Amino acid sequence: MVSNVPLLSVRDLVVEFPTRRGMLRALDKVSFDIAEGEVLGMVGESGAGKSITGSAIIGLIEPPGRIAGGEVWLRGERIDNLSEERMRRVRGRRIGMVFQDPLTSLNPLYTIADQLIETIRTHADIGEKAARDRAIGLLDQVGIPAARRRIDDYPHHFSGGMRQRVVIALALAAEPDLVIADEPTTALDVSVQAQIIDVLKEICAERGAAVMLITHDMGVIAETADRVAVLYAGRMAEIGPVADVIKAAEHPYTRGLMGSIPTITQTGDRLTQIPGAMPRLNAIPAGCAFNPRCPEVMPRCRSERPELLPRAQGRQVACWLYAREGVRHG
Amino acid sequence: MGDALVRVEGLTRYFDVSKPWLNRVIEREPKAWLTAVADVSFEIRRGETFALVGESGSGKSTIAKMIVGLLPPSEGRIVFDGQPMAGTAGAAMRSLRRRFQMIFQDPFASLNPRWRVGDIIAEPIRTFGLASGAEVRREVGRLLEVVGLGAADAAKFPHEFSGGQRQRIAIARALSSKPEFIVCDEPTSALDVSVQAQILNLMRDLQDEFGLTYLFISHDLSVVRHMANRIGVLYLGRLAEVAEGKRLFREPRHPYSRMLLDAVPDLEMSGRRRKRVEGEIPNPIDPPPGCAFHPRCPLVADRCRREIPAPVPVADGMAACFAVEEGRG
Amino acid sequence: MSDFTPETRPSALRRAWDSDLAYSFRTSPVALVSGIVALAIILGAVFAPWLAPYDPFDPGSLNLMDGFTPPMEPNPFTGNVYWMGTDNQGRDVFSTILYGARTSLFVGFAAVLFAMVLGISLGLVAGYRGGWLDGLLMRIADVQLTFPSILLALLIFGVARGFIPPAYREAMAIWVLIIAIGLSDWVQYARVVRGATMVEKNKEYIQAARVIGVHPAKILVTHILPNVMGPVLVIATIGLALAIIAEATLSFLGVGLPPTQPSLGTLIRIGQGFLFSGEWWILAFPAIALLALALSVNLLGDWLRDALNPRLR
Repeated sequence: MVSNVPLLSVRDLVVEFPTRRGMLRALDKVSFDIAEGEVLGMVGESGAGKSITGSAIIGLIEPPGRIAGGEVWLRGERIDNLSEERMRRVRGRRIGMVFQDPLTSLNPLYTIADQLIETIRTHADIGEKAARDRAIGLLDQVGIPAARRRIDDYPHHFSGGMRQRVVIALALAAEPDLVIADEPTTALDVSVQAQIIDVLKEICAERGAAVMLITHDMGVIAETADRVAVLYAGRMAEIGPVADVIKAAEHPYTRGLMGSIPTITQTGDRLTQIPGAMPRLNAIPAGCAFNPRCPEVMPRCRSERPELLPRAQGRQVACWLYAREGVRHG
Repeated sequence: MGDALVRVEGLTRYFDVSKPWLNRVIEREPKAWLTAVADVSFEIRRGETFALVGESGSGKSTIAKMIVGLLPPSEGRIVFDGQPMAGTAGAAMRSLRRRFQMIFQDPFASLNPRWRVGDIIAEPIRTFGLASGAEVRREVGRLLEVVGLGAADAAKFPHEFSGGQRQRIAIARALSSKPEFIVCDEPTSALDVSVQAQILNLMRDLQDEFGLTYLFISHDLSVVRHMANRIGVLYLGRLAEVAEGKRLFREPRHPYSRMLLDAVPDLEMSGRRRKRVEGEIPNPIDPPPGCAFHPRCPLVADRCRREIPAPVPVADGMAACFAVEEGRG
Repeated sequence: MSDFTPETRPSALRRAWDSDLAYSFRTSPVALVSGIVALAIILGAVFAPWLAPYDPFDPGSLNLMDGFTPPMEPNPFTGNVYWMGTDNQGRDVFSTILYGARTSLFVGFAAVLFAMVLGISLGLVAGYRGGWLDGLLMRIADVQLTFPSILLALLIFGVARGFIPPAYREAMAIWVLIIAIGLSDWVQYARVVRGATMVEKNKEYIQAARVIGVHPAKILVTHILPNVMGPVLVIATIGLALAIIAEATLSFLGVGLPPTQPSLGTLIRIGQGFLFSGEWWILAFPAIALLALALSVNLLGDWLRDALNPRLR
């Protein structure tokens, strides 16, 4: 916790999908860090590459897709080039996962107890009884009422919200350093979403696990994350402390995005809208990927791709608006 | 805001969710019924946007389907511009149908993948015989431009468009019969936020331009806040509260409305601390007795566990809650 | 029906070549080889009157002295050479195969078409209407599936012949055969179409059509039918192979087509009588032709199923 090495460091990550009509770049040189115990929100529209970033970190890109460049470091150890066997140990043991649909993470044929105890015992050298006690403790912590009795139930005995709590318990069973949560609340009802976010946030804070929270919902990010990373067309647009990015976004895309979200406190006549749509991966424009939709587009944006530029308070933004003339030619 | 264009009275819908006949006989089980919508009444005034909000199992989509005639009601009636829908048939029904339309949730399922966009938009025009020959073509081109696409897009197939563009096509189809009333069933919940903003803005522009009346169905309170004049809050098939939009968000009366508002994430980061919402929605096949919300309600009293609360008129709407009725709320 | 077909667009050939299906075909060796084999047999059959070196059904051109000529060897009496030899009556085996394949393919295609039309119609109605009608049709289908289809075809064939006056039996045989094979095979189409219809009818584009009051029959034909044809084409291709084999089986058993109108099955039946007397070619070549045809069509069906299934792509 005291070292300067970030828990997770992603450098220039490139993920490609070969297709009949050429190579599609789903992620294009994405870089970011997650510090110990930090909650990093990852937002973007569908197709922006946020889920693929998560899958790439845990080595679960579906073939024929593949990591075509870049590095992923976990506590100073490179993990993007591990063998499948060693990667499997990293998954679950050091990186826990929570997906959108709780049913994909739970085996319907086994009781919750079977699944939790198995996970605990593959990662910790303890007996059946001790593992069971630990499992009940975990279920208690994620807010399952009467955990001692319900632990022997099957997944289908639980409601959607309760299942997602079980999945969170399962993700944390091996005491991982990092939890990757991919749209953990999207399939749930509004009134249950807030409960799940609270549980995820509290239990990870208690155990010192960092969280990479992938979601399209800015509201969830605002309430949960310490920092937020905004992806656009497979590239990082902006990254910074969540309050700064939400209240004073620097990238024109983030600004547009924030303006387009209706809220319950303000009732403007029209929402700010970004013209057009995010380009398909086979038609990403030259230069900055956002340039055809950008209200502040400059000639340079059409030819040169902006890299992430450091800003105040540890923020970074990939936009030529913030490149000081003379520092970089252009 | 004038008279009522659509009036819904005591609308109720049951679904038979029994096991197959043979299983029932062998396992000696009676028929099982799910009450998706129970005794729902409201009216939609000409030119307004009336929203129905609710979570899963609230019956909001079932109400939408009954209003456009996709599902017959089990009880109650729907009156469109003074004309009851049940019992209307033939040519009268045809001319009634032309006046309402529907926009669906999933733009990937709501357009026939084998049809050209032009044919999709022209379907209502042809069905109602509103134009023929080259006129159809011109009208389709005009509609495509109205929704922000180009007349040349008529020759393309749906798969050539993004989700937002497809929803524009679906809107153009809905407009093509020149309706007065459009039922919008979660029209933006499958879209990304930046695209959602485009579609919501478009829908409001079209409402102003053509004087449309909307029934807007959504689970997203912020979207409803942005779109609706009046709002009905549904819980497990019953209306909990009906209110003017502004008032509902300022001072919700029904405890469920309050809970829903509390569950909305705080995007402004104003430091508003949400109250944690307790419990989950019960199974609609086996709802709690009395007020369906009572197991989660902070204001629960003995009476709530036994009786179903009747709607109580409040300033600009109604609330179905004993706490409100008794002045405890 | 579309007024919206663009006027300027790439030629139909160009679009077909560029389609995903064509690409998948070009890059699959199995599909390519099967396609070429099937196409060669089909073309040979269609153009048999022009391609066949002899007309095996013209008694005037037959010379009994040419009988039992082995393949690629001069006949000891006449000196004539035949690629695949001749049969007992001196007919060129290659020519009889071309004409036989013609009959087999005609019966196969017609039976599949009949089964398709029947199965698709019943499947659409059952899937869309649901309720008791669906229950009834599917129970009939279930009962039919408990019998092997060849037995069923035999039964239908036998019953139908009972009703036809003897004078017309030979002329009607081919149509009876088509109906018998088609009737024994409609269930598959009905089931697949019913399933696909039940999925499609709940999609929102169908609801959109229902909201404006489009007639159910029109919804079935214009909306649902085009969207359920993919799986139907797969079964139809595999069904074609099965129908050809069913026809061959019936003809082999002697209940199919008369010797005056021989199919590949009839040729095999005739040939098997000479297998043990040494004239192997009379059986072997028609059998190989039948195998090549059925196998290549079947493999094409397998490929089509994989190519149309987006999950496997």
